[in-house]
Amino acid sequence: MPVLEVKNLSKNFGGLKAVNNFQLTMEEGEIVGLIGPNGAGKTTVFNLITGIYFPSAGTINFLGEQINGLPPFRICQKGIARTFQNIRLFKENTVLDNVRTVFHPRIKYGLLDALFRTPRFNAEEERVNREAMEFLAALNLADRSAHKASGLPYGDQRRLEIARSLACRPKLLILDEPAAGMNPNEVSRMVDLVRMIKEKFQLTILLIEHQMGMVMNLCERLVVMDFGQIIASGTPDEIRNNQMVLEAYLGKGATVA
Amino acid sequence: MKISRQTIMLLILAAAFFALVKGLQFAGVLNAYWQLVLDQALVTVIGALGLSLIYGFTGQFSLGHAAFYGLGAYTAGAIDIVYGNGNIIFFFVSILAGAALAGLVALLIGLPILRLRSDYLGIATLGFGIIVKVGMDNANKLIPVLGGATGMSGTPQTAHFDLIFILVLIIILLVRNFVFSTYGRACTSIREDEIAADIMGIDTTRFKVLAFVLGCSLAGLAGGIYAHRYPFLHPASFDFLKSFDFLLIVVLGGLGSMTGTIVTAIGWGFLMEVLRAVLGENFIDWRGVIYALILIVAIILRPQGLFSGKELGLLLPRPLQTGQGKERSHAGTGS
Amino acid sequence: MEHVMEQIINGLQLGFMYALIALGYTMVYGVVQLINFAHGDVFMVGAFVGYFGFAVWGLPLPLAIVNAMVICAILGMVIEKIAYRPLRYAPKIAALISALGVSLFLEYFSSLKFVFGPDYRVVPRPIHEVHWHILGIPITNIQVMVIVVVLVMLLLLQLLIYRTRIGMAMRTVAVDHNAARLMGVNVDNTISLTFAIGSAFAALGGVLYAIAYPQIQPFMGIMPGLKAFTAAVLGGIGIIPGAVIGALIMGQVETLTAAFISSQLRDAIAFAILILVLLIRPTGILGRSQTEKV
Repeated sequence: MPVLEVKNLSKNFGGLKAVNNFQLTMEEGEIVGLIGPNGAGKTTVFNLITGIYFPSAGTINFLGEQINGLPPFRICQKGIARTFQNIRLFKENTVLDNVRTVFHPRIKYGLLDALFRTPRFNAEEERVNREAMEFLAALNLADRSAHKASGLPYGDQRRLEIARSLACRPKLLILDEPAAGMNPNEVSRMVDLVRMIKEKFQLTILLIEHQMGMVMNLCERLVVMDFGQIIASGTPDEIRNNQMVLEAYLGKGATVA
Repeated sequence: MKISRQTIMLLILAAAFFALVKGLQFAGVLNAYWQLVLDQALVTVIGALGLSLIYGFTGQFSLGHAAFYGLGAYTAGAIDIVYGNGNIIFFFVSILAGAALAGLVALLIGLPILRLRSDYLGIATLGFGIIVKVGMDNANKLIPVLGGATGMSGTPQTAHFDLIFILVLIIILLVRNFVFSTYGRACTSIREDEIAADIMGIDTTRFKVLAFVLGCSLAGLAGGIYAHRYPFLHPASFDFLKSFDFLLIVVLGGLGSMTGTIVTAIGWGFLMEVLRAVLGENFIDWRGVIYALILIVAIILRPQGLFSGKELGLLLPRPLQTGQGKERSHAGTGS
Repeated sequence: MEHVMEQIINGLQLGFMYALIALGYTMVYGVVQLINFAHGDVFMVGAFVGYFGFAVWGLPLPLAIVNAMVICAILGMVIEKIAYRPLRYAPKIAALISALGVSLFLEYFSSLKFVFGPDYRVVPRPIHEVHWHILGIPITNIQVMVIVVVLVMLLLLQLLIYRTRIGMAMRTVAVDHNAARLMGVNVDNTISLTFAIGSAFAALGGVLYAIAYPQIQPFMGIMPGLKAFTAAVLGGIGIIPGAVIGALIMGQVETLTAAFISSQLRDAIAFAILILVLLIRPTGILGRSQTEKV
């Protein structure tokens, strides 16, 4: 059974077809890259999958279950987590709290346990603290746990977003430009990091990225969008030599030098 | 059940405060007038902690808090006048009934209006507060005991400092426990970024409503206690100006700081009365002017509030065992 | 039927007066996203200064009005400079609290005996009230004056905002302070001017209010202020035609409720309508829906 199956997905904003007849099937353990020029509709696809927008048409199935129409928090609880193009941490909260917050749906104590600090509360909070620290340690953020999220340097904030989404225990992780604004050195570390978390947490990963070094290195398969539509898909090598893709990025008449 | 060192320290501090007040009472420094000021300030602490949950921790702008305070006061007062006659059991029954009614109304109004954002939510709650005030002004037409625009008098004066103090302490502990639990974390995540919280698996509607209902219940509880410490309830005591009082306590204290809310609630309660005492009869007209100036100067000097980013250590949970540093408060900057 | 028409005209008068106040709220909100709670009190100061002008100092009515508008414009700029500018880049709520402080200050300061004093003052009518029947509709000369003056002012405001450089600067600042600054707009002056214009409108509203409902006192600004603000939100805050539409609705709802349902329930029904409208249109009647970019 595919992890993600998107069929005939469309989204119109007024007269604008932001996404038009988008198809995508992802098998377990795949890393798929979604690329295309700015404004091609990539982030809109992400927003449709994670429930921020309702599709105008089409279906989205996750592990065989239709999820379009569910509110975002339900989709997350089913096992899809994401990061954001413009980092959206809980800024004034601590690094640790950013991660602990998303444990909520799986916490096994009730309001009364919390209000009266029952043994069940204490045991469960201990577990949450331990596991949250493990996620932070995996992303090399453990020594920052007590800092405010807004006080972290940019790269740490990106990693904290990843730690937070991992703490949702997703099967499908969606990364929206995880290497935006990074230098080649940092990009290659991000590539290693994504590989590491994929193995460690057994993830299927869908990512948007403009850093070609990253997508070509990391992804087994690429899907290219332009003007809301898929214009090509295939292995990185196939995409590299695809005339349509070159035109979308560089304009008509472009050739590989 | 383990009691943390923080809790023990908090109880010791509370006992010291209690002993101090008792000492002042014994020495005759704290006369009946100042005792009333102190007791009402403590009642305000409970109501303000309620708004702190709603706005300071969950980020939901409410300008109608006094309406729930009033609903609690009138409910508790009326129940005790009709059935209780000063029986201490009815004190508890009536204040819980007041809190429950405030919470129920908050649930009914909160479900639809908490979809609104920031200033629009503020105006909708302000409007709701004015509707409740009109209701209070005309309540005697349905239930004569409520008194309507002339006010309701003769509520049994069962509450006194000892009782109020213990209730405040319990509420402080409960609010602390709520804030430093998964529920509190869910609430602060909504305050910080509602969309991100939603996408990260938090049922934002549920927690906005939960915080609103709990916060308004605390306002109702505070109102119920107030009705038992001040024998005359009047709709004007629960109008939007009173809502602004709660708001400025929470903001001046620092959003997301229980310490700030508690300290400011008590300090603000005393400010008006201290001004009255200091100014004397000749300059009493200046009281409102000075009060307003203090408010403006305070917020310009400390736009983040007194305790923003800080919580008294006693109110924080036990530090983590991992040795990776202490937990911080849940300070927020507001919208 | 004549009674209904009479009430509708009364509502129109009230609505136009609310519109004058609501404009100040909505313009200020447009440029600094602040609920300027002190605006209702500037309206009160306008009423008093106007009253002193025509009733005490013996100025002709138009001069008394202009005088009140100028004084309130200055007051508005001073308030902005002292109480809001230091907080412009602080959390929004800080400026709101400061506005509450200014509001209380104006109310209590005006109540001092050597200022306006705490008591109600009866305002002598500067013009003799005349009742007319136009096309069978009962109307007074004061109502005609209020409606005409407000319509003219609205037209001038519309011209100012859409036909002048100052108006363009205001619209730019409303979109983005930094971008406006980069484009060479003097943001501080533009905000100052917005407060001045809004306050002058409130002052005009105050004087007309004092003529139409001839009783004034230092706390008179609170309720009209709240209602006008509500009207601005109802129409879609930050949007000038929205403020006028909201104010006209508010005026009608209030007068018709008071006349035909219950004067005690007037405020409750007005605010219940506000809440209902917001539930259907969360950003007001003309408000654009704010979809946050993710």
